[in-house]
Formats: sequence, C-alpha cells, structure tokens
Amino acid sequence: MAFDSLADFFAMGGYGFYVWLSYGITFFVLIFLIVNSMNKKKKIFKSVEQRLSREQRIKKAQNMEGTL
Amino acid sequence: MWKWLHPYAKPEKSYQLAGKLLPWFAVVTVVTFVVGLVWGLLFAPADYQQGDSFRIIYIHVPAAMMAMAAYSTMAIAAFIALVWQIRLAEMNIAAIAPVGAVFTFIALITGAAWGKPMWGAWWVWDARLTSELILLFVYLGIIALYNAFSDKVLAGRAASILTLVGVINLPIIHYSVVWWNTLHQGATIMKLDKPSMDPAMLWPLMIMIVGFGAFLGTLSLMRFRNEILARESHRPWVSVLVTEKLAGEK
Repeated sequence: MAFDSLADFFAMGGYGFYVWLSYGITFFVLIFLIVNSMNKKKKIFKSVEQRLSREQRIKKAQNMEGTL
Repeated sequence: MWKWLHPYAKPEKSYQLAGKLLPWFAVVTVVTFVVGLVWGLLFAPADYQQGDSFRIIYIHVPAAMMAMAAYSTMAIAAFIALVWQIRLAEMNIAAIAPVGAVFTFIALITGAAWGKPMWGAWWVWDARLTSELILLFVYLGIIALYNAFSDKVLAGRAASILTLVGVINLPIIHYSVVWWNTLHQGATIMKLDKPSMDPAMLWPLMIMIVGFGAFLGTLSLMRFRNEILARESHRPWVSVLVTEKLAGEK
C-alpha cells in the first residue's frame, strides 16, 4: 500500500484538493449520466402508457354511444 | 455469410440484443472500476516527480481515450447512416454523443485540476487542450443539431453529416503533441514503442481504460434502447412491451 494512514490517503501527498476535485467531479457527472439515461426510459414508457390508456378510453366511449 | 446480421436492422431485434448485452457491460464496468480505482489510488506507487497528483491519470487518460473512441464509433455509424440509410445507425449517433460529451468534459476538467499543481495554470491555449475543447463543442453541436429537428429523419441526416465533418478533429487531437510544441506531454501508451510507464502504474491504468470502455458501452446501449423506443413509440411491438410491463407490475 502506498499510504500509511487514512489521513495520509486523503492528503494525497499535499495534492488532495486536486485529486479529490477530479475524482469528485468525475463521479458526479457519471452518476448524472446514469440517472438521466434511466429517467429517459421511464418517461418514454409513461408517455406510451398514457397514449394506450387514452386510446382505450376513446374506444370505450365510442362503444357507449347510442346505448343510452 | 453475413445474413445472420440482417434481422438486427429491425429496431425490435436490436432493442432486444442491446438488452441482452447490457448487463454484461454493466458487470465489467463495476468490476474494472472497483479493481482499477483501488489499485490506482491505494497500491500504485507515487510518481517520483509528480508525487500523488499523478493519480488523476486513472480517470483523465481513460476518459480522453474513450471520448475519442466514442467519436470514432459515431463516425462509422454516420457513414453507414448516410450511405445505406440505416435508421438504427442514426439512433446510434444520438445515443453515443451525450456519453462522449461527458467523457470529453471529464478529460478537460481533470486535466485542469492536474495542470494547476503541475504547470501552475488551470488552462493554457495549448494545441492538445484546444483541440480537445473543440471536440467538446463538436459533441454539443451534434446533440443540439439532432434535437433541433422534430423530423427525426432530417435530424439523423444532419447529425450524421456534422459527425463526419468533425472527424477531421480526431487526428489533430492525437498528433497535436507531435505537430506542435505543447505543454501537454507526448504519448505514453498509444505509440509504436513500448509504453514509457512502469508496470505497477500501467496495469491499473489499463484496467481503468477497459472500465471506461465498458461504461461507454453500458450507457450507449441504455441510450440506444431509449432512442429506439422513442422513435418507435407508435409501433405495436412497443405497445405490447409497455402493456406487458404494466401487467408485470400489477
């Protein structure tokens, strides 16, 4: 192991700020990309779902016509 | 001989294939990220000149390499889309571009955070840095152009043409450190000679390169599936897919 203690590891030989800034931003952006891609799928499913249920409602209403 | 490929020109088949490949890419991503980061951050020895600041390499180089690999893939897809008019190739471009843009952004940001302690400046108008910044703008241009048209046939064609135009930037990025006298260092791995890096530092880097490649694959497949669903949302097979999912939830 290249470090003696946990504090040593976080200090990164005095470059802690730059190293953790890089890693922090990278992980933040990568996680954002994953969440964004998953949400997009959910949104598409939802919109198709809405269209299907609307079509069903219209069909139902058409069938009801003239029965009253 | 290549006939087995034909069914995959159908969006539905492609959607299913992407779904089958997705978990494998995801597993490789997680494993390589864990191994590569633990090795790179904890066990690789500190650089004799740069100390521990060199550990930024384990995200900087893989992100930069895969940003260019992503663009190359998009360029091949753009060529296929324009010559053979395959719509799935256009969706491929739209799927990869955001991932490539994020990777380019990571390469630039980590490069800045590395440049500050080593060069004394967050940013210099060096040939490598400038050409990489142009790559980011090209990516953003492709994404914006694709989203600017509501007619996706037109959008796909426009994005394909822009992608092919932007290919000129790839050799410029790669050879920028050779053609110009830059502050950015020359090639360490991507050269004909042996890599000028100690194996103890090189191994975790190689693993992280595979990891970023697998991440690129995972996200591209996810977004590719989204793109297919969005463009095919009025097709019966998508309706069936959604109703089946609804039935599964109840």
